[in-house]
Parts: sequence; structure tokens; C-alpha cells
Amino acid sequence: MNKDLLIIGGGPAGLAAAVSAKQAGVDDLLILERDKHLGGILNQCIHNGFGLHTFKEELTGPEYADRFIQKAAELEIPYKLETMVVDISSDGDTKVVTYMNREEGLVTVNAKAVILCMGCRERSRGALNIPGYRPAGIYTAGTAQRYVNIEGRMPGKEVVILGSGDIGLIMARRMTFEGAKVKLVAELMPYSGGLKRNIAQCLNDFDIPLLLSHTVVDIKGKERVEAVVIAQVDEKSKPIPGTEQEIKCDTLLLSCGLIPENELSNALGVTMNNVTNGPLVNESLETSVPGVFACGNVLHVHDLVDYVSEEAAQAGKKAAQYLTGSTGDSNEPAISIKAVDGVRYTVPSVIRLDHMEDRQVVRFRVGSVYKKVAIQVLAGDKEIMNIKKQALAPGEMEQVILQKSVLKEIPGLKEITVRVTTAARN
Amino acid sequence: MLDCIIIGAGVTGCAVARELSRYDLDVLVIERSSDVCEGTSKANSGIVHAGYDAKPGTLKAKLNVRGNLMMEELSRELDFPFKRDGSLVLSFDEKGIDRLKDLYDQGQQNGVKDLKILTGDEARELEPALSDEVTAALYAPTGGIVCPFNLTIALAENAYVNGVGFKLNTEVLNIKKITDGYLVKTSDGEYEARAVVNAAGVYAAVFHNMISEKKLNIIPRKGEYCLFDKTVGGLAKHTIFQLPTKYGKGVLVTPTVHGNLLVGPTAVDIDDFEGVNTTSEGLSDLLVRGALSVKQLPTRQIITSFAGLRAHEEGGDFVIGEAEDAPGFFDAAGIESPGLSCAPAIGEYLAQQIAKKLSAKKKENFISERKGIPSMALASPEEKQKLIAENPLYANVVCRCETVTEGEIVDSINRPLGATTLDGVKRRTRAGMGRCQAGFCSPKTVEILARELGRDIAEITKNDPGSEFLVGSIKE
Repeated sequence: MNKDLLIIGGGPAGLAAAVSAKQAGVDDLLILERDKHLGGILNQCIHNGFGLHTFKEELTGPEYADRFIQKAAELEIPYKLETMVVDISSDGDTKVVTYMNREEGLVTVNAKAVILCMGCRERSRGALNIPGYRPAGIYTAGTAQRYVNIEGRMPGKEVVILGSGDIGLIMARRMTFEGAKVKLVAELMPYSGGLKRNIAQCLNDFDIPLLLSHTVVDIKGKERVEAVVIAQVDEKSKPIPGTEQEIKCDTLLLSCGLIPENELSNALGVTMNNVTNGPLVNESLETSVPGVFACGNVLHVHDLVDYVSEEAAQAGKKAAQYLTGSTGDSNEPAISIKAVDGVRYTVPSVIRLDHMEDRQVVRFRVGSVYKKVAIQVLAGDKEIMNIKKQALAPGEMEQVILQKSVLKEIPGLKEITVRVTTAARN
Repeated sequence: MLDCIIIGAGVTGCAVARELSRYDLDVLVIERSSDVCEGTSKANSGIVHAGYDAKPGTLKAKLNVRGNLMMEELSRELDFPFKRDGSLVLSFDEKGIDRLKDLYDQGQQNGVKDLKILTGDEARELEPALSDEVTAALYAPTGGIVCPFNLTIALAENAYVNGVGFKLNTEVLNIKKITDGYLVKTSDGEYEARAVVNAAGVYAAVFHNMISEKKLNIIPRKGEYCLFDKTVGGLAKHTIFQLPTKYGKGVLVTPTVHGNLLVGPTAVDIDDFEGVNTTSEGLSDLLVRGALSVKQLPTRQIITSFAGLRAHEEGGDFVIGEAEDAPGFFDAAGIESPGLSCAPAIGEYLAQQIAKKLSAKKKENFISERKGIPSMALASPEEKQKLIAENPLYANVVCRCETVTEGEIVDSINRPLGATTLDGVKRRTRAGMGRCQAGFCSPKTVEILARELGRDIAEITKNDPGSEFLVGSIKE
């Protein structure tokens, strides 16, 4: 089978990318989705708060997904469900994608362009290397969310949550609504990894304590969790002896970070970013393999789905341009974007001026909590932006918008720097 | 009256069961857990030792070399993965070289083939991952790796299809000598048998001491491990040991037969016979010690950790054979390392003794071969097409990290002595063994288990009763 554009993943990123590519004129496209439904993880996010930026209203996850599913249906974008991509490689300019499903068996597609939209997974107990027994009752927050919201089942009654990522916070409230007792949320860092609004609405409103600089140091119970031991940690995140306390519970939920699922990207040989665990991309969200684009949580973990949709729309549009050959090779040297002084990474990390749109969104996260600082952008050594920030936190994604007109004014520009600075100007 | 009861469905019990199933005997395996391979056999290094460690003349030495020899053919007969990756014992100083020579001599006496002492540079040429501090190494090309779950399950399934009964979820409470054999009281009824095999792991001394005046003393010796992602599975091509200490063979770094990297075990004697918890001291200790062997240990790639208990008998050797003062009671006690390597040989050795004792004749219709669950992850494109054509469920991927399909999971449940728990499915198919550690696939696997077993999902357990995943339904 031949396709102009294959989109791997039918979650929020894949849907928005497909819609945008189709609107930009790509007719020969196909979405491959491994689950039974389009919409990805949004299907189990039945709480509201989605779409404030995109639709200017508060939607639930399934409602937000449905807007895009409807749009894809209107545009008659074809998709395949319960279809797993098992391999991807490149053969010259052709991307060879192998997928599998019950109806067709093993199928190989030769695609001109591919958009990677595989999303992310949750960090597991094993990856956290928490000592103790290995009983039932230890779930990542997303797995628990699936049990409650999709299966209608309760994974536990007395709950301790490790990690204050957004899914964990949402699940603290959700489990409380369903009659469970959420005893506390322990967070290794001295600040929360989740959105401020979630701390307020999911913990504070229900008097669930958030213990910062705390972690789980032992899990008790041979068949089912019976208790966990938490302890305070020092500035190096090491547990402080003598601060241990045993908390009786039958469930430990983990909300300790998300990891982009880049097994296919690695199989393809895409160059990766060690900070994001996602591919390195240029202004077109194109990876090191020409014609292969990435967006959404497979690229870097987002805080709001609205930004996923926005980013994915950009990837779809750029993939369409790639297919029509309207962009062609770059004649100008690429400008690299350096993340320093508290800025952990940027997406994209390279800009080619002749491929750049008039406005280029550069997204990033900071590595610590900051108050009253500024985000400074330097083009070479010239400051081109200085944005005052009351507060910055690792849990929230930040962005700056670069103007092509500004960058073009600077002859021989090779490097842009994004940094946190305390020297805020008026 | 049964001919033989085997207490314990670990690798030793299952190996004895499989060998006994060659004979015209009525054999029953009694296991307290909900599945086979639930004790020491499920948490060890998965190493098939070459056989240079044990003192010449000991049972450990004889059975190890024999077990190693048997493993290759057995892996073909019973269709489980086994690989001779070769092993290295490292020395980090000049003094250690003499000890390597001692091991070499010991290996020669035990009949281990092709042993060689390498200089540090020769060792690094063979295994580039080795630390620059390595001064010399003993190389044993016959050393191998095996999947302990697959091995045990294969032995059990083959014994089962050859007529051995398995009574799971049943604990042996007491054993009494009766005129023609033994009366075995369990949590679910009493059984009489002409012979008893005691393959009860860390509890073997408890059962032995019920009928013998020559007491055994087994001390649980805990070993903790870290398992690394397959992306770094290629870090070591060989099984890398350090020179042994009095507590065992030290911390090793090894590829697993499925392509992960395994580092461990620690060795700490404990009192708790159920103490399979990992500890922060143990995990950090094993990583520090493992890091000595190789240039770099990618600790960010750890996907899980676990602990197991070795059944260490005070005397230091295996206790295998008919108890002196209890005719018809056969011990397989104190089976610590290299117990996994020895298992096929222990099975053969004990079955011959028991058959003789019971004057048993070999069956004519013994089925020697067993076919495992097909692996879509390992199948060629042609094999994949063929499997999917036979059963479309082989195209529905459930565990995305390890590419395990619904077809494989259904097979693991419905085959002889099939899985009834999430861990049972995991050990038979690898669903949930990958980097997300069952985050995505466990709800789906639970659903498939419930459907195939005709139960509600709330009844599905991780392993033994009490390990249910769900505690109720949400409010309507």
C-alpha cells in the first residue's frame, strides 16, 4: 500500500495533525490508532477544564476529543482502529511502516511522510525503584483512572498518592468523589509538578494534604498493599532517617512523570533529545529524518491538551508543505536554539529562516520554581525579548513567540538563547 | 493411594514431576500458590552455570555439570529459550588471579569444558563493557542463560500432559509415616502416597523435620535484583561474575535470555521465610557492586526490581535423595544456586531413585515434546501472517512494550495448566514485563482473563488469593 501521509496515533495530536493536513490539501492520508476508539487518553479524562484556549469553553476530555473526531469525520479522514504499528524504517525518501490488525493481518505501507503522535506513558514503580513488596494495589494514576472512568471499578479504598503530577491530582479528587479516602499526596520535589489550578481544585478543596519533599521508602503487604512508609527527603532527594511514618492504605497511586513513547522513533533512527525523551525537531516539527514529523506528548510532555492541538496543527500543515514540495531544501544555515539558565529545553531546537512562518511558537519548561523573573531571548548576543514573569514552575509549559521579521534583521544569526533571568526590565 | 506426592511446584518439583511422568506412576504435585514457579524459582538470576563453582565431589558439582549438559536438548524438547552466552569471573587485583586459577582447577576436576583464564585486556576484547579495573578473568563458554519461568512452566506442562496431577492453592500442613508410605495432610484434604518428594524450597526443612530425626536447617538468604530496559540489554554480551564470597557468587551483570540486562543479587541471611521485599540498602548496594564490573551501569534504564530467597542449608550442599531414617521420603532440599542449572539433573537423579524404590516401569506413550506459546514479537513476517490467518487475535496487540497479542494471552490461559492470574499470564507471555510494567496492558489482560475464565473482573488477582486488583464498583 502507498500513502502520502501516515499519522501514527489517533489521540489529540494525531487528530489535530490529520485535520490540519487534510485542510492543507493532503487527501491521501490515514490515521493508525491502537485503541478501540479515536481520542486517545482523553477518553478516560472525564473531568472538565479542556479546551479553554482552543474553544473558549470548558469541555470534558471526551467532549474535547469529540470536536476533533467530528471534524475528522466531516473531512472524511480515514482511520484504522485496534491497529498497531510494529515497525517503521526508511528506504530512501520512503517511510516503510508495518502495522497489524485483526482484519488485515500484517500490512506494509510505503508513506511519503509520517507524523509521529504516539503520546507518552507513565513512569512505573519499577522505574522509580521504590523498595518493598510487590503486591496488588500499586497503580499508575492513569491506570487507576482507566479502571474508574472506563471500567467503572474502584481500584482501592484508602489511597496514598506519590507524585503531584496532574493525573495524580485529578485522581485524588476522582477517588474521593467515589468514596475512597485519599490520605495524602507525597511529592519528592519541594514544589508540585502539577498545574496550580489542580492543586486548588483537587487537593485543597478536599483537605487532602500535599507533603512536599516527601517520598515513599517502603511498600508493605504481600498480596495487597497494607501500608506505605513515607519519609522526608533532603535537598538531594535522599530520605532523611528518622522522618519515616507508616501510612495504612490499600492503594498506592503513582503520578511521577510521563515518558514520551518513542520506541518507533528509535527504530527509525530519529535523533533524540535527552531532556525531553522526544525527537529533536526543527521549526516545522520535522525530526532528523526528512518527512517524519512529531507532535504532542511523543515530542515533549504538555500540560494542556490545547497546546497539543495547536502544535499538531502546525505539524499537519508542515507535513502538507513537505508533500507538495513547496518548501524544498533550505538555502540558509540553520539557527539553533539554546536552552540555558533554568530553561530545560526548547521545542523546536532549530529554526531554518526560509521555512519559518511569520510567527514561530517556541515551547519550553523551566527546571525549578521561580518568582519575579523574566524570560530573556537573545539572538546572538542581542536581546530581542524580555518577558516579565510573576512565577515560573516546572509543571507549566511556557512559550515565547519569535517574529520572522525580527530574526531576518540580524545578519549571520546562528544561535538564539532562551534563559530565565532575574534582571527583569520594565 | 497415590504413588508419589511432590511438595512444591518450583523448578525442582516440576523437574522431578516431568521425569517421573516417564513412568507408569500416579503422581500429584501439591503447591500452596495459585501457580507453578511462585517461590525461589521466580526470582533468581536465570543462569545456567558452567559448573566450576562447586567443590569437586559434591552433589552440587555433579548435578550442575550434568544439568548444564542437559539444558540444551531440554530447551529444544520443551520449547523454552536457552542461550549459551558464556560467563566470565572477574578479578580486580593480582591476588584474585590465584583464586581464578583455583576455580579453573575446580572446574577441570568437575568436568567443565573449555575453561580459559584471560588477561584483563583479553577479557575486555571479548566483553568490551568490562571495567578497566579488571586484571584477569576466568572464561567459561559453556555458561548459559535461561528464562526460569519458561523452564519451570514447560516442565510442569509436559508433566501435566503426561498425567501428573497438580493441586494448586493447597498448603501441606503435616506429613505422617503410615504403613505403606505417607499421609499428607493439606489445607484441602488428606492424601496417601507411597513416596513423597520434598521440593518445598525455603520450607523444605520444615517438612523434612516432620518425619526425620536427622534435622535440617534452612536459612532464607535474600537476593535483590534490578532489571534494566531492553534498550541497554546489549550492554553485556556475557554473564559477568565477580570472584565469589562466602555468601555466594556475588553481584553479577548479565543479559537475560529475553534481551534485558539484569544486575544482582545481594546475599543477606534473614529470618522471614516470606521476606521477598526489596530494600533501599539492598538495591543501592547491588548497583554499587554491579557497577564495579562494567564501565557504566545505566541506572536510569531500570524498569523493575525484585527479591528472591535462596534456600541455604547449613551444611552448604544440596540434600537430595531418600532420607536415611524415612524410607520413601525423598528430599530435594537446600536447593540454592546453582539449583536452576541443576534442576533437570535433579529431576533425572531423583526420578530414577523413586522409580527403583517403587519398581516402576517406563510408559510407552510418554510425550517428550511440548510446544510453547508462539511469540509474535519474535516471529518472522511470514510466521506472523500464518498465525494471524489461523487466529486473528494474534494481530491484536495488548502489551505494547513487549508486543504481546490477545492470541498469546488467550493461549496462555487455555493451555494445559494455564494461567489464572495476571502474573501467570505475564510469566507465560511476557505481557506486562516491559518498560511500562503493565501500566497500559493490565486492565486489558484482566478483562481477557475474566472473559476466558468466566469470572467477573473483580475476582481476578495479581497472583495468590487476596491480591485482587479491584475493590468494588463506582457509585451509580
